[in-house]
Amino acid sequence: MSRRLPKGGRLIDRSKSLGFSFNGKEMRGYAGDTLASALLAEGQVLMGRSFKHHRPRGIVASGPEEPNALMGLGRDGTFEPNARATTTELFQGLEARSQNHWPSLENDFGAISSMLSRFLPSGFYYKTFLWPRAFWKHVYEPAIRLSAGLGKPPMRRDTDHYEHFNITIDVLVIGGGISGLAAASAAAESGADVLLVEQDPAWGGRAPVDGARIDGMSAEEWIGSTLQSLQSMPNVRMRTRTTGSGIHDHGYVLLHERLTDHAPEHSVPRHRLWKVRAGQVVAATGAIERPLSFAGNDRPGCMLASAVRDYVVNYGVAPGERTVILTNNDDAYRTALTLREAGLGVSAVLDTRQQATGPLAAAARDAGLNVRPGCGIAGIVGRNRVDGVQVCRQDSDGEVIDVIQADCVAMSGGWSPATHVWCHAGGKLSWNDEAAHFAPDPARPPTGVDGMAMMQVAGSASGAIHSGTALESAHAAGVLAGKALGESRGRKAGRAPAGEDEGHQPMEPVWLVPARAPYAKRAKSWLDFQNDVKVSDIELAAREGYESVEHAKRYTTLGMATDQGKLSNINGLAILSRELGAPIEEVGTTTFRPPYVPVTMGAIAGEARGELFQPVRKTPIHEWHEANGAHWEPVGHWRRPYAFPVQGESVHDAVKREVLATRSGVGLLDASTLGKLVVKGPDAARFLDMLYTNMMSTLKPGKCRYGLMCSENGFLVDDGVVARLDGDTWLCHTTSGGADRIHASMEEWLQTEWWDWKVYVANVTEQFAQIGVAGPRARDLLNELGPSMDLGREALSFMAWTDGALGNVPVRVFRISFSGELSFEIAAPAGQARALWDRLLEAGRPLGMTPYGTEALHVMRAEKGFIMIGDETDGTVTPQDLGLHWAISKRKDDFLGKRAQEREHMTDPLRWRLVGLETLDGSVLPDGAYATDEGVNANGQQKTQGRVTSTYYSPTLDRGIAMGLVERGPDRMGEILEFPVIDGEPVRARIVNPVFHDPDGEKQNA
Amino acid sequence: MLILTCPYCGIRCDETELAAGGEAHLKRFGPGSSDEEFEGYLFMRANPKGVHFERWRHAYGCGKWFHAARNTATLEVYGTYPAQVHEPPQEVLDAISTRVPGWRWKDVS
Repeated sequence: MSRRLPKGGRLIDRSKSLGFSFNGKEMRGYAGDTLASALLAEGQVLMGRSFKHHRPRGIVASGPEEPNALMGLGRDGTFEPNARATTTELFQGLEARSQNHWPSLENDFGAISSMLSRFLPSGFYYKTFLWPRAFWKHVYEPAIRLSAGLGKPPMRRDTDHYEHFNITIDVLVIGGGISGLAAASAAAESGADVLLVEQDPAWGGRAPVDGARIDGMSAEEWIGSTLQSLQSMPNVRMRTRTTGSGIHDHGYVLLHERLTDHAPEHSVPRHRLWKVRAGQVVAATGAIERPLSFAGNDRPGCMLASAVRDYVVNYGVAPGERTVILTNNDDAYRTALTLREAGLGVSAVLDTRQQATGPLAAAARDAGLNVRPGCGIAGIVGRNRVDGVQVCRQDSDGEVIDVIQADCVAMSGGWSPATHVWCHAGGKLSWNDEAAHFAPDPARPPTGVDGMAMMQVAGSASGAIHSGTALESAHAAGVLAGKALGESRGRKAGRAPAGEDEGHQPMEPVWLVPARAPYAKRAKSWLDFQNDVKVSDIELAAREGYESVEHAKRYTTLGMATDQGKLSNINGLAILSRELGAPIEEVGTTTFRPPYVPVTMGAIAGEARGELFQPVRKTPIHEWHEANGAHWEPVGHWRRPYAFPVQGESVHDAVKREVLATRSGVGLLDASTLGKLVVKGPDAARFLDMLYTNMMSTLKPGKCRYGLMCSENGFLVDDGVVARLDGDTWLCHTTSGGADRIHASMEEWLQTEWWDWKVYVANVTEQFAQIGVAGPRARDLLNELGPSMDLGREALSFMAWTDGALGNVPVRVFRISFSGELSFEIAAPAGQARALWDRLLEAGRPLGMTPYGTEALHVMRAEKGFIMIGDETDGTVTPQDLGLHWAISKRKDDFLGKRAQEREHMTDPLRWRLVGLETLDGSVLPDGAYATDEGVNANGQQKTQGRVTSTYYSPTLDRGIAMGLVERGPDRMGEILEFPVIDGEPVRARIVNPVFHDPDGEKQNA
Repeated sequence: MLILTCPYCGIRCDETELAAGGEAHLKRFGPGSSDEEFEGYLFMRANPKGVHFERWRHAYGCGKWFHAARNTATLEVYGTYPAQVHEPPQEVLDAISTRVPGWRWKDVS
């Protein structure tokens, strides 16, 4: 049973007691505790259930590599799942809940799957695909959905706030252990601007726990004096609780700072995402201890040796009363000595090496500890926790030679440098046989914009796991990083701090305990604790042919949990390499990807939430719409009125009223979002002839022409009315959503293909508002406003435009129609548009004028069979498909899309082409519905022969109308198609002409 | 997140200011070209590990298109230059040769 020791704990303040709760039970800890240390201090060893088999799990580690102790923290608007107890600082009132169990942590129903584990081998999910398909829907999927996932997602909006922070810095040092401090000092002394970050709340890393001595001082004294000197330097910035999350191209680094997780009463942002551009990055990220693989190594009470030592020294917590140490290296002896010094029992030190000859082993023997070389663990006694340890010879198949009473196992399989950030930006690793780990290869670093190393690696992250060599390497890394700038500033780093190494016996890699463990033991030897991957699973993957490490990872899910394999990676690779009979360096590692530890979604979003998520574009008439009950529709970044329901009216009824009022009287539309591009210059005519399928160069000043634009691939991308303003100036109208895209495309062609053509393009979409006035009484209305120009049928004919003044506002009036009615579109300077709108409203009142929204616009254009980009087109539709042959010039040698439209497939007579569709019962076809055809295709699916592209209730005809693309459609007028619908009888519709209203166009010519 | 210097305005651009435009120095094939030529122009792209020439636009800056010669493996940037050329300028070719002797990109070397 774990407990708080009567004294000790360098990071806790025993004078400040804090209350917190775990699964609703009130507990107490001290300021400086982590949630993990406080739970252990309260005797809570069982922390959660594993993902797949629901096995009982306790704390393994003391840092961000912790795979098991994941908690749900807080409640409601501050709830957060999957928080690691080992990195969660305790505060007054903290609420924590364990995860992945039902009905309770102690009595978990899902643990039954542990007994079924032999039926849930690796690749289980994939293998079930081979079984009868019906099993998926009724058996597997419900079961998998119930058991999938660890934490529960938050259900409420996050009440905290977050921010982003940009900074450019000469040298960024990631990691504030002794190596990071030494590297930062060296870089800063060279004159570089330095940012030093540390993920923990405290500086100094492991050295104070491990008892290092530096420059004749204790580690704590040295850290204190180094911090003091760094803090006094104006070119050094320092941040604790800040993780180096990801290293990206050209020195771009994301840091994740937690400002108030430990002090939620503060109202500053909770997290800050730093976006750093660093000239050089120093990785002083330390090393992570590896577990050992033996049967039952996942029992609560089995922990990393370094973590056991951390809890005793840092928090004054005893993980157990009687600990068995299992190690293949000297470092774990430090744990034995620490426990002994704290007055705790060490039942035995099992050293898998044949001999234990190092100075630390000698010290352990001198302290009277039972050191047993050549031994391993055959199994663990106990169900929900460690009750005892079965000892065996390491070089055996696991015959038990002894059983020792113990409640804690401290294991050490050696140390792996934390190379993640080195690898994020492309740094390569090399295998070190002696230390049995991958370490950064300084000859193959991540490179920067100049092709030179943009990263240095310092201390144990480089593989130098003893303090003397670590400090030397850190100092050298700091000097290198600071060099370019430091030398030019005429300053030089001081000497390297000197660490004292006591000498050691080499470690011996051990990947399985005991060496010849039979299957039954290998199937209980965990590699990945969070994802329940065992030694036997990796062996199975290798046997089934998953020889690439990336494949084996995905097949078994090794290293795919929230801890990203920080503990399991190397152990898993070693098993795979043994199975394949290939050296570890050839098997290689999986890819390390950012983030190093999970980053909250809040930090990623930063301030970009709610209204700040995306700007809203508003027309000059927006406020009137808002005041008059507009039902809004997003169109790109614009907000447009969909309809203007009057009191008590449904949106559908409003649309109907707006259409009928426009068709019988006059309607008013805010069309300001329409794209407006001015194209000007001696070569503008030639340029537009290339962009449009039509001939634009022959358009006369004062006239308009409807134009189509295709991509080079031949498909229709935009349409709109083009007006020629004068000899070398055209105004091109685009779709509302297409203005920026078409403008960019014009720039691209002008800058990158026809750069010697003399043409300018200006996007004046927001400089002008546009108001549509449509309906039989449209001219009457405009004449009420005393126009300065003649708007008569002959003076301003259909498809002509004129400048003038209307109600004293300077305007340009286009006589064009998207509704099929007599229609004028009036462009006015944005600043005067609202005044014009108001005057039109006033003058229109006696005429019963009705403002209408985008839906009435859409209905009226569909009644006229006019296409809409994005409805009738989807990037695979040509103008010819839409029957727009008349808008494709045959006299031009070239235009964008012309070559593509000559391809065989584009002229295939079987292409789906535009028709009108009229349901036999007058109902409205579902949007996107497909017309079925006889027979099945190669995949056994029902064949189709067309689909609905636009479908509306037409108030004018009082029935459903639709347009669609149908195979050979225009050749099949009068034929009847069947459109299956969800939960109902298929709808039958007749192929008809797509122009439903006024096919001769008499109304628009009035 | 690359940094590329815009050859027009001289600004060292963060990638967030830029829009990528794919492979540089493509020759346009229009009506009259063979199916193979047109396919090559429209669809076939080099995807080298190493020296590459790309089109970029300083979209949230001066708006100009330019070309970048860079290494897709090491991320080294050999140079940026205006887009109004049919082939890379000699000084950029020389800069690449200094760093990658014997390099080759399509028919450029």
